[in-house]
Amino acid sequence: MGGDKAVLTGVHFMSGDIACAEGAIAAGCRFFAGYPITPATEIAEHMAARMPEVGGIYIQMEDEIASIAAVIGASYAGLKAMTATSGPGFSLMQENIGLAVMTEAPCVIVDVMRGGPSTGQPTLPGQQDVMQVKWGSHGDYEIIALAPSSVQEMFDFTVEAFNLAETYRVPTFVMADEIVAHMWERVVIPPPENIRIVNRKKPSVSRDDYMPFMPDDDLVPPMACFGEGYRFHATGLTHDERGYPRTQDSEVQTRLVQRLCDKIRKNADKIVRVEEVMLDDADVVVVAYGIVARSALSAVRRAREQGVKAGLLRLITLWPFPGKHVAKAAEKAKAIIVPEMNCGQIVREVERAAKTTPAYHVPKLGENPHTPMEIFAAIRRHG
Amino acid sequence: MAGAFEHPFAVYLRAAMIPHIWCSGCGNGVILNAFIHALDELRMDLDKFVVVSGIGCIGRTAGYTNVDSFHTTHGRAIPFATGVKLAKPELEVVVISGDGDLFAIGGNHFIHAARRNIGIKVICANNFNYGMTGGQVGPTTPLEALTTTTPYGNVEHPFNLVHLATASGATYVARWTTLHVRMLTMSIKKLLQRKGFSFIEVVSPCPEIYGRRNNMRTGLEMMEWFRKASVIANFSDPAKAEITPEKIVVGEFVDIEKPTYEQLLYGKIAKIVKKE
Amino acid sequence: MVANFLRAPMNEKKVLKLKAEIHILKDQCKGCGFCIHYCPKKVLEESDEINARGVHPPRVVDEKNCILCSFCTAVCPDFAIFVRGKQCMDGC
Ligand SMILES: Cc1ncc(C[n+]2csc(CCOP(=O)(O)OP(=O)(O)O)c2C)c(N)n1
Ligand code: SF4
Ligand code: SF4
Ligand code: SF4
Ligand SMILES: [Mg+2]
Repeated sequence: MGGDKAVLTGVHFMSGDIACAEGAIAAGCRFFAGYPITPATEIAEHMAARMPEVGGIYIQMEDEIASIAAVIGASYAGLKAMTATSGPGFSLMQENIGLAVMTEAPCVIVDVMRGGPSTGQPTLPGQQDVMQVKWGSHGDYEIIALAPSSVQEMFDFTVEAFNLAETYRVPTFVMADEIVAHMWERVVIPPPENIRIVNRKKPSVSRDDYMPFMPDDDLVPPMACFGEGYRFHATGLTHDERGYPRTQDSEVQTRLVQRLCDKIRKNADKIVRVEEVMLDDADVVVVAYGIVARSALSAVRRAREQGVKAGLLRLITLWPFPGKHVAKAAEKAKAIIVPEMNCGQIVREVERAAKTTPAYHVPKLGENPHTPMEIFAAIRRHG
Repeated sequence: MAGAFEHPFAVYLRAAMIPHIWCSGCGNGVILNAFIHALDELRMDLDKFVVVSGIGCIGRTAGYTNVDSFHTTHGRAIPFATGVKLAKPELEVVVISGDGDLFAIGGNHFIHAARRNIGIKVICANNFNYGMTGGQVGPTTPLEALTTTTPYGNVEHPFNLVHLATASGATYVARWTTLHVRMLTMSIKKLLQRKGFSFIEVVSPCPEIYGRRNNMRTGLEMMEWFRKASVIANFSDPAKAEITPEKIVVGEFVDIEKPTYEQLLYGKIAKIVKKE
Repeated sequence: MVANFLRAPMNEKKVLKLKAEIHILKDQCKGCGFCIHYCPKKVLEESDEINARGVHPPRVVDEKNCILCSFCTAVCPDFAIFVRGKQCMDGC
C-alpha cells in the first residue's frame, strides 16, 4: 500500500511537524489517531491529508486517551501506528502508554513539548516532559525516547522511532519541542531504498505452539497480530508467556517486569545514540538535547575560539539514558553544563552518571531557548 | 480441570482459564454462554474474530473466549476496538464490558463510537454497580439502591442505556436480562450479523455484591426479580424503555441501516488512491 | 405428482425418537440453581452430594421427562450442564 507516494524523495522546505508526519509515512506508518493540540496539530492535519493518499487511516478521536488506545488496537491489528500530542494530551495518555508497555505494542508517540504545567504556554517551547516520558505511567518500565534538534531530524528520528518500536516492541517517543515543530528548514528525503525499515518479528511456530509473550534471546517475543489465526490473548494484567493473567504470582510478575525493563536495558548499547563534538580534551562539557543543543554548539565553538576547552555531548536518545557517554566525558572534565528548558530534569541523570564532576544546570522557562551567549556565559563561569 | 471439561462449547473457551472467576449465580457466565451459543450457531470464522473488554468482573470475558482477544485498561475497550476495526475492517470486533467500564469512565468513547457508526459490536453486562471493586455506585445504579458508596441510598439519577445508545446513533439497540437467554442469544446473533455500531444491554445479576445489599441474596432471587419486573416490548418507543426496580422493559428497540464509518472512510481512500 | 402427497400413517414403533442424555459436569457447578429452578419439566433437583467447590450440584430426577429444550444448558453460567438428544429405537 502506498507505493511511491509514500516516500517523497527529494529536497524540501518544510516544518518540523510536517517532516515528522512524512517520516512516519516513509517508515510505513499507516494508522494515525490523534486529538488537536498546539504545537502538534500540524502533524495531525498533515496526516489527515496524506494518509488516504497512501492507503492509510487517519482518525480524529474524542480525546488523547482514545487516541493512544486506538493506536494500540491498530498496532495489534498489524499496522504501524502513531499519535502526536503535547503536554496536556501527553498526560492523558499515560495510563495507556503503560498498557502499550505491558502488552508490548509497537507504536510511536510524538510529544511536541510546550511550557507547562497544566495548559501552560501552548505556543512556546519547553523541555518539561523529559522525565514524564520515562516515569509518567505507573509501575516499573523502560521506553525509548529520541530528541530531534532540527527539521531534518524530525523526519529521520521519526523513521528511527518506528524501527526501534518494531524491533523492541515498545512504545517509542519523539520528544520534540515547539521550535523544531514549527520551524521551517531544508529537509532531504532519501529514496526509499536508502531508508532503513524494520518490521516486527513474526512467529515461526504453529498456533498450538505460539506463546505471545515468550521472548527470543533478545528478550523480545515475536508478535502475531489479530486475524492471523493465532487466537491469542493479551492483557494489561500481569501475565505469563501464554498471555494469561497471573495476578497473584510473584515469580511471574518478577519475570515479566524484569524482562520488560531488561529488553531495553540490556540492549541499551545498541539503542543509545549521542553526538560528540570536541569532547576529547574538553574541560567543560555541555550536555544538551533538542533545540537547545544548537545554541550549545554555537556556545562551545565560541568558547574554543576564546581558548576554553569546551565540548558538546548532544543526547539523541534521552531514554535509555546515555549514562556511559556522560561518565566518559565527565572523567576528564572539570565541569558539566546542562542547559534545559525546564527547572532541572535531565541534569539529575547527568549528575548520577558524572559522579564527582559537578554538573551545573542552566534553566530557561517561558520564552525562546537559551541563546548561545547564555550558554557561553555558563561555560565561562564554571570552566 | 481442563481434562474433565467436555462441554460442547469447550472449544470456544480457553480451557486453562476455566473455571472462570465469577461468583455463583453471577450473570456474566450466562452472557458468555449466550455469546458462545450465538457464535456456534452462526459458525463464524473464529480466525477473524476479536473480543475486547475493559476492566471489571465482566472484563475477564476476553480472556475466556478462545479467539484473538485483548483485555484493555478500564474504560478503553471501545477506542482500542476502534483502532482494530479501522486497521482491519474484515475482522469482527466485539466489545464485552461492564456498565461502569462502558458508561462511567468510558462513556465518552461509547457515544462517539455510536455517533461515528464504527462497525463494532458492544455488549454491556449491566449489574447496576461496580462488581470488581466491591460494589460501589455506578452510572446505572437505581435511585435509592444501596451500595458501598451510597450507604444511605443512591441519590444519583441513573443512565438509561437504551435511550443513550439510541440517541447516540447506534444502529441496533436491544435490552434483555440473563433470564431471557433465548432472546438474548437470538439478539447476539443479529448483532453479529449487522454492519454498523450495535449494542445490547444485558441486565445481569450480581448477587454477591449488589444483590446482597438490596435484599436479593442469590442469583436466583435476582433472576426472579427480572422475571417479575420485565415486560417484553419489541420495537416499542426506546424513549419509553423504562428500567426501574419495578419495571424492566426488554426487547429490541432499534434496527436501522446507515453507512458505517469504515465504509465511508475506505470509500474515500479508494477514490483518493485512484486519483493519484 | 400426486403420489408424493399420499402418506402412510406413521408407525410409532419404527420412528427414531430422541432420548435425552443429560450431562452434568459436577465439579464445574457453582450451585446457583438456575437449571433446577427454570427447567420447565422439573427434571433436575439439588443433590446431597458436595462437589469440589463445596456446593450441591444438580442431579437428574427423571431423564424421561426431559423435552430437550436445553434451557438448562443455555442458562448455566458455568458450563456445567448440557443435554444431548440421542436417537434410538423405542425401548433402547
Ligand atoms: C483507571 C482505573 N480506575 C479505577 C479502576 C478500578 N476498577 C476496576 S473495575 C472497576 C469497575 C468495574 O465496574 P463495571 O464496569 O460495571 O464491571 P463489573 O465489575 O461490575 O462487571 C473499577 C472502578 C481501574 N482498574 N482503573
Ligand atoms: S462480584 Fe458480582 S459481578 Fe463480580 S463475579 Fe461476583 S456476582 Fe459477578
Ligand atoms: S433440556 Fe429442558 S427439560 Fe431437559 S433438563 Fe434441561 S431444562 Fe429440563
Ligand atoms: S445452572 Fe450450572 S452452575 Fe447453576 S446449579 Fe445448574 S449446573 Fe450448577
Ligand atoms: Mg458493573
